[in-house]
Amino acid sequence: MAELKKPLPIPDGDSHVFWQGCKENKLLIQKCNDCSKHIFYPRILCPHCFSEKVEWVESTGKGKIYSYTIARRGGGPAFKDDAPYAVALIELDEGVRMFSNIINIDVEKVKCDLPVEVVFEEQEDFILPKFQPIFN
Amino acid sequence: MSIKNAAAIVGVGDVELEKGKVKDGQSVLQIQAIAAKRALEDAGLTKDDVDGIFVAGLWGLPGVGSFPSVILSEYLGIQPRYTDSTQIGGSAFEAHVGHAAAAIQAGLCEVALILYGSTQRSEKSRSLAGRPPVLTAQYETPFGLPSPAGSYAMAANRHMHQYGTKPEHLAEIAVATRKWAQLNPQATLRDPLSIDDVLNSPMITDPLHLLDCCLVTDGAGALVIVSAERAKDCRKKPVWVLGQGESHSHWSIQAMPDLTVTSAAQSGKTAFEMAGVTHDEIDVVQIYDSFTITVLLTLESLGFCKPGEGGDFISNQRTAPGGDFPMNTNGGGLSYAHPGMYGIFLLIEAVRQLRGECGERQVKDAKISLVNGTGGTLSSTSVVILGRD
Repeated sequence: MAELKKPLPIPDGDSHVFWQGCKENKLLIQKCNDCSKHIFYPRILCPHCFSEKVEWVESTGKGKIYSYTIARRGGGPAFKDDAPYAVALIELDEGVRMFSNIINIDVEKVKCDLPVEVVFEEQEDFILPKFQPIFN
Repeated sequence: MSIKNAAAIVGVGDVELEKGKVKDGQSVLQIQAIAAKRALEDAGLTKDDVDGIFVAGLWGLPGVGSFPSVILSEYLGIQPRYTDSTQIGGSAFEAHVGHAAAAIQAGLCEVALILYGSTQRSEKSRSLAGRPPVLTAQYETPFGLPSPAGSYAMAANRHMHQYGTKPEHLAEIAVATRKWAQLNPQATLRDPLSIDDVLNSPMITDPLHLLDCCLVTDGAGALVIVSAERAKDCRKKPVWVLGQGESHSHWSIQAMPDLTVTSAAQSGKTAFEMAGVTHDEIDVVQIYDSFTITVLLTLESLGFCKPGEGGDFISNQRTAPGGDFPMNTNGGGLSYAHPGMYGIFLLIEAVRQLRGECGERQVKDAKISLVNGTGGTLSSTSVVILGRD
């Protein structure tokens, strides 16, 4: 039986810089030059002040888990064999949130506010930003 | 500007289900036509009286656009002079009620028909898969978030983290709702249910168990809303639209400002202020229960209790038959039916309660009902407050 392929991002005008950044192991987010707020996901204008002066900046890649869930059945057939796995909303130190998986941890130990850092993981021809616990 | 008392719901209709499915393999058009005819008969009106049409569907003809409102109007032989296909998910129908009342008040139509139908269960069209990874979904789907349950699970985990809410609190909601379903012959699930049953049901996406999640069923519903003038000649006594509000705070849960507060904080405030009633005056509530956590967050966001106190508020089966906060009296999306978008069925049940048509599950002397719809991933909300004379 053919292996079910996981859905990979389809880059567009907003996102190709972000995904290219991942290929270079850089987590790029946007910052508004008018109101100074950070922005994620990427947009053509700032959702806070509608300025078009948005620029790419490299995130520290560090943050904490704002919330999470453990998928016991997978988000569709392509993810079934991976279950259980953790999907989280990571709040980066810059203040924006993004979806990712928490890896390199026993999923039963994932919790809110856990400090995490980005780790880039290859998936077919793509590099996805995943997160792992920061071990002191 | 207020739409208070500008319009009344005078007709409701739905279709029977067998084990969550429509009978005889009926199509999505057939079941909506049956529901529409029943609602018009309920009102003592005919198809030719209808001059406003409100449709939000998940179905449509494959191809460019989906056009459910236009297709359904053609099928029913209705050419409206006012048309609205606002589609904001499960709360669309509560929004339609407000839009219909506003259109009626403005004289743009007199008899509005709101319709919904789905055969998703018969078609086996639902799974936990996310949307194709394009546009804003490209930042979500590649990570395998179960859709939509995973987003609600994240809200539940955050609420538990911030406030110490327990899985037992969420289970209380499922159990109380099942008790109402046991009083409703039309409900899909009517077997007794305990807190332990909920907690021991399979974990789908932590912390939501199978029995924290709504059903996946077929279903169809229809509402007829008319002007105050037309309401005088209808068969059933009017159920007045006292207030309505709507809002959406995000699409993806990634962009939800606070995972413990829904936009019902805004849509509810608008509806309460318009209706000029207080929380204490509400006799029966119908709160969208896509998941148990949806109810808990909504009760807090609507101001029935303070942030973080939802767990205590619903404890000890307070929302069950005999409790002092009757809620989701048809058995809800958790036990009655949930055909993809459920909002219209909350309104139908509220109308039946206010008319005193609910038999064993009737809430005594119900005069004012609050209905809340929630759509997407806690994304959109609309609140309607209804009352009888």
